[in-house]
Amino acid sequence: MADVRAMKTDAEKALAAAYETARARLPGKSAVSALRADAFQQFENQGLPHRRVEEWKYTDLRALMREAYPLAPLPDAAAKAKAKGAGALFAGVGARRLTFIDGAFVSELSDLAPEQGLTIGSLADALAKGDALVTQHVGKTFETDDVAVALNAALMGDGAVIRVAKGAAIKRPIHLVFAPGSDRPSSVFIRSLIVVEEDAQVTIIEDHNGGAAQVNAALELIVCAKADVTYVKATRAQALHVASLLANVGADAKFNTFAFTSDVNVLRNQNFIRFAGEGTKAGIRGVSLLRGKDHADTTLLIEHAKGHCESRELFKSVLDDQGHAVFQGKIVVRPHAQKTDAKMMTRALLLSDDAEADNKPELEIFADDVVCGHGATASAPDEGLTFYLMSRGIPEADAEALLVQAFVGEVIEEIAHDGIRDALMVAALRWLGART
Amino acid sequence: MSFLEIKNLHVEIEGKKILNGLNLSIEKGQVAAIMGPNGSGKSTLAYVLAGKDNYKVAEGDVLLNGERILDMSPDERAAKGVFLAFQYPVEVPGVATMTFLRTALNSQRKARGEGEVSTPEFMKIVRDTAAKLGISQEMLRRAVNVGFSGGEKKRNEILQMAVLQPRLAVLDETDSGLDIDALRIVADGVNALRSKERGMIVITHYQRLLNYIVPDVVHVMAKGKVVKSGGKELALELEAKGYAQFTGEAA
Repeated sequence: MADVRAMKTDAEKALAAAYETARARLPGKSAVSALRADAFQQFENQGLPHRRVEEWKYTDLRALMREAYPLAPLPDAAAKAKAKGAGALFAGVGARRLTFIDGAFVSELSDLAPEQGLTIGSLADALAKGDALVTQHVGKTFETDDVAVALNAALMGDGAVIRVAKGAAIKRPIHLVFAPGSDRPSSVFIRSLIVVEEDAQVTIIEDHNGGAAQVNAALELIVCAKADVTYVKATRAQALHVASLLANVGADAKFNTFAFTSDVNVLRNQNFIRFAGEGTKAGIRGVSLLRGKDHADTTLLIEHAKGHCESRELFKSVLDDQGHAVFQGKIVVRPHAQKTDAKMMTRALLLSDDAEADNKPELEIFADDVVCGHGATASAPDEGLTFYLMSRGIPEADAEALLVQAFVGEVIEEIAHDGIRDALMVAALRWLGART
Repeated sequence: MSFLEIKNLHVEIEGKKILNGLNLSIEKGQVAAIMGPNGSGKSTLAYVLAGKDNYKVAEGDVLLNGERILDMSPDERAAKGVFLAFQYPVEVPGVATMTFLRTALNSQRKARGEGEVSTPEFMKIVRDTAAKLGISQEMLRRAVNVGFSGGEKKRNEILQMAVLQPRLAVLDETDSGLDIDALRIVADGVNALRSKERGMIVITHYQRLLNYIVPDVVHVMAKGKVVKSGGKELALELEAKGYAQFTGEAA
């Protein structure tokens, strides 16, 4: 049988050309070069994911990505000047700020004050130097045949490398500001690695404003036993943003993630999370605010590999105009992962008749003593609630805004850090305030 | 002209006629009880006055202080002084009671061209009123009606009424689901709001509430109309004889 495969699209050809041109100068020694070559081969074989690939059914990247932009150049002085104002949303958080422009680490715009137990660096440097931590972990945190992850491995340029040493409690959140740089449409491949060792505590904010760039970001996050990690991702993107979280969580850990998405053109946040030790408690949550033709896809693969873990997944989206939210949540409970307690919920609030929400929850359970559940709703604002508020004198638009605020507030309030919670509530209100 | 005039009101819901040429006048300072059997249209009247959707006014008019209100949205009516205490107050998850009250009060004031009430002034009004109604600070911090008992929800309605100071208050079966102690608290709250500047319509199925909120007039509704009006003694007569005389059915 002949191997039948669609003709390569312009974007696929451009990505292949980008790899061929850049491979010699992409950072990393032989092992990394081999990793890149394998990953690129996988991309060559599979091409961009499309609607007949089940995991990408609702986000047909092949169709959505008409062209692939050339790799972004290193940031110039103008880009650096512009990036100073980036990340303002979290200005009140009191975080340690690390700045990346088109994915490239900019040390002069970063707070590198030393702190006991904290090591910070750039992935490009680490790869170039053959850094032991990076060599040990990169590409190995969560095995997946996902093509976006493969493409990221083939073309990864820079990103953050953070290590929190055993027992260290990092006081200030670490704010990774990913700012746009080049004026020309470019593509950016970011790979970050964060290792939080036993008993350590840290809060990470990954803050993307992609501008007009096509961004493919991947974060490998290793949470060791008894660590306490909060990971918040806020994303705005005018072009295309595909992000992959690859997380391995050890025993007795606390792991909370929150994804805040607004003002995106095409976004996919895919989360591959494995609970690899017993006794961990996790909250995987997020809010998407979509209008115009915004498309945001949240895809979860939550793997309970070991028993006695509790995970709560809650994602809400607010959809105006022709906004399109996709939620695919899959919880896998491996054999012997007994006493797993997993509850997943997704809710979409539709403010317009033209908005669309696709919810696809899945449970795959191979153990027999577990508590797992999922739920999904999609609805317009409750007329009874709106009437109640209006009957007290609150005009319709304000009543609806109050109800939307309450709807997303329920998730945002789960964030333990006051400053981050307030910043995201402000961002949500700003989005609501801009409704016409 | 009366403070509230309802003239020949015909109302349908999904093609079904509920109000059939209802006429009713309420004066300022008056507390009018509306009694009637189930299905007589009492709650429909309450909703139509407040401006709920889905109620089609086929004929007739409603004038408040000589002004037509049927074309106004619910929030516009509220700003004109219309208040409905709901039979089943809804839960509003995620909206704190204090935020809700303040937004409502300031929205009404803005619509009337008045300035916003200051925070200390607002807090004082709410605290004082809440204390009288046995509503704790903890309840005020909670989301509107979420996790409240039936009695707490009704007390919260009266709190809202006290804060918003309406000119026309419509209480829809405020006694339903209340035990005798809760009924007394709610009635005291309502009585405290009796004023010569305010008209009140107290809708109830039973006479019991009217022992605590003594009406100036009693109107009996049946089949979508007012069929009899009288003084407070009419309520006692109904309690004794039932509604059968008005519905043409055996009790």
